[in-house]
Amino acid sequence: MACNIKALSLNHQILSGTTVERKMGTASAANVSVVPETVTKTLPASTTLTIKAPQPERLLIKTVDRKEINHGKFGRFGGKYVPETLMSCLGKLEAEFNLVLHDSEFQEELTTALRDYVGRETPLYFAQRLTDHYKNSRGEGPEIYLKREDLSHGGAHKINNAIAQAMIAKRMGRKTIVAATGAGQHGVATAAACAKLSLECTIFMGATDMEKQASNVLLMKLLGAKVESVEGAFKEASSQAIREWVGNLETSYYLTGTVVGPHPCPSMVREFQSVIGKETRRQAMEKWGGKPDVLVACIGSGSNALGLFHEFINDEDVRLIGVEAAGFGLDSGRHSATLARGDVGVYHGAMSYLLQDAEGQILGPHSIGVGLEYPGVGPEVSFLKETGRAEFHSATDQEAIDAYRRLCKLEGIFPALEASHALAFLEKLCPTLANGTKVVVNISGRGDKDSDIVFQYKPHSMT
Amino acid sequence: MAIALKSTADFLHLKKHNLASLSRLSSGKAFVSTKRFTPMATVTTATTLGLADTFSKLKTQGKVALIPYITAGDPDLSTTTEALKVLDLCGADIIELGVPYSDPLADGPVIQAAATRSLARGTNFNAILSMLKEVVPELSCPIALFTYYNPILKRGVEKFLSTVKDVGIHGLVVPDVPLEETEILRREALKNKIELVLLTTPTTPIDRMKAIVEASEGFVYLVSSIGVTGARASVSDRVQTLIGEIKEATTKPVAVGFGISKPEHVKQVAGWGADGVIVGSAMVKLLGEAESPEDGLKALEIFTKSLKSALA
Repeated sequence: MACNIKALSLNHQILSGTTVERKMGTASAANVSVVPETVTKTLPASTTLTIKAPQPERLLIKTVDRKEINHGKFGRFGGKYVPETLMSCLGKLEAEFNLVLHDSEFQEELTTALRDYVGRETPLYFAQRLTDHYKNSRGEGPEIYLKREDLSHGGAHKINNAIAQAMIAKRMGRKTIVAATGAGQHGVATAAACAKLSLECTIFMGATDMEKQASNVLLMKLLGAKVESVEGAFKEASSQAIREWVGNLETSYYLTGTVVGPHPCPSMVREFQSVIGKETRRQAMEKWGGKPDVLVACIGSGSNALGLFHEFINDEDVRLIGVEAAGFGLDSGRHSATLARGDVGVYHGAMSYLLQDAEGQILGPHSIGVGLEYPGVGPEVSFLKETGRAEFHSATDQEAIDAYRRLCKLEGIFPALEASHALAFLEKLCPTLANGTKVVVNISGRGDKDSDIVFQYKPHSMT
Repeated sequence: MAIALKSTADFLHLKKHNLASLSRLSSGKAFVSTKRFTPMATVTTATTLGLADTFSKLKTQGKVALIPYITAGDPDLSTTTEALKVLDLCGADIIELGVPYSDPLADGPVIQAAATRSLARGTNFNAILSMLKEVVPELSCPIALFTYYNPILKRGVEKFLSTVKDVGIHGLVVPDVPLEETEILRREALKNKIELVLLTTPTTPIDRMKAIVEASEGFVYLVSSIGVTGARASVSDRVQTLIGEIKEATTKPVAVGFGISKPEHVKQVAGWGADGVIVGSAMVKLLGEAESPEDGLKALEIFTKSLKSALA
């Protein structure tokens, strides 16, 4: 295999004679040939790289750690801190999850849904003008690529998980789906999946969120879901959805939207979102013959971040950066920066970082990106922080708004305010990066839902 | 003046006097009228029996325990103080006291609302501890605290348990810690001689139930139905089977809770072989939704007496 070292990303070399491992862009156990046996690509700087297709069966289960499967623990984080009533139900869910990971029929059905219904694979887009924006006076700077989850059906990455779990619910014979949503994206995704699979759907949403993201509420209703208003915001809606689930265990299925909750929920959501990272690996290889150097994603609870990161966790040379919501500022008391300002406790079924007061009461967070307003964070994300595998930073409401506007003007793309937090961090990150560093930013969703908020935003005011 | 009443038959008439004076309180403050109270009670600083011992004693008397639950600080801590005394005087054998929490996953709307009201008033754990320090010596029945896990963790399990022991708490119920995660709690509870009560439910498979009852101290809490706390129209007869299954697995006492709200329920569950009956939301509703604390306390008194007579 001949390669010109310049065409490869800075930190990588491909040794001659090695077969490059690739994972398929969808749930890996699928036996679907989406690409031919070998691919010859001409890369920039006139290089040719020959890549062999991977082994057809590559089970997802191999990427999951033993301790996680057996106990739902990521180091000390995770677990199942729920009322006893839920324990047996969680056990059944876990068993079903393990089954589908190995079930090629399920995997094929999921692959088809992801391709034809969700619209995968999502592009890895080279943002030329954004890249130029970050070049220094000598014309040097990193290369910015955007992973376009905003182009998925429903407008966000949430559907990857919602469709897979709805399929599991159907398999388990459940008739009703119960879910909670913050910005409404998970609600819309779940309602859509339920319509497609003919399942009843009830979505719990905080009253204040329903006002802020009204267009999503309308969509959910049109998709056939019942939308229940809960006094408060996302955290109250989540608690209420869990209570509803506890009361209707036999007939209903609680569809978690993110990587929080009791085991197996964080693992399930992570696995179904990991398609993002798997595609990114292959796309990076196709585009520049290497891996990304830096991955950047916003962190609400961590689903889109883990979706992008998980694939690369064992690639020590890939930097993982999560950006939390600093709201009005980290010291303002009005933010959602769980990792920056929280400490460890038990919330919604898992041990993880959370925002709590001195009594252990859970605090209400704030962010202009409604989907980031959660006072907890996924246990796996807490683990990445504790082990130092990932770095965590934050961006304020103002910085996110600026980033939204910047991407609109420079690339003609309107990112969700949540994803705008990741984009905001580029301002601080890019000047520190070597020339040609490959940066992939997860655009976790589209921002039409936020256009009103952005337009009317006044600094230091409530929107 | 704090006096510990021993609950023997001699003092029943005294109890009536006390209640009459309580119902005249206008401020809801902790107050025992010494005018109408002839000090026939022995002043004692003896602590009450623990949970398991209470059940043993009741068993010899052929009685079923009445275990009311109320949320601390709803409508306010002074009313809670009075309520604890009322419950004790009206025949509660054990009292469960709930620590209000921001996200009570196991609780239905009534107890959720109580927690929200209590927290809005500024109830915090130290205030509850102070209250308990004052009132526990005046009670003849033991108290078990009902709290979610996070507030315990925030304080530190060891610190939490030794602190509650210091104010005279005998037992602890934590609804969101599964058996697998109770190791630390159990160890510290044993060290501090606090009885950690574990819960089993209609969805718990028999083998798991056996492990739970083996590990439970004080008594076994049988959750009567699938769902969160809250009054229900009737108690499922599945409970009868469940009580039977538990009794085959252990000689520890079994108390049934969730959904029990009427004297008929109490009688029914006792008839099925339960050693104790726990009544929560119905109590909380009376106290929290009353026009005034005094009205709430009065209603509580009447209600508790009606439950107690159903167990006679």
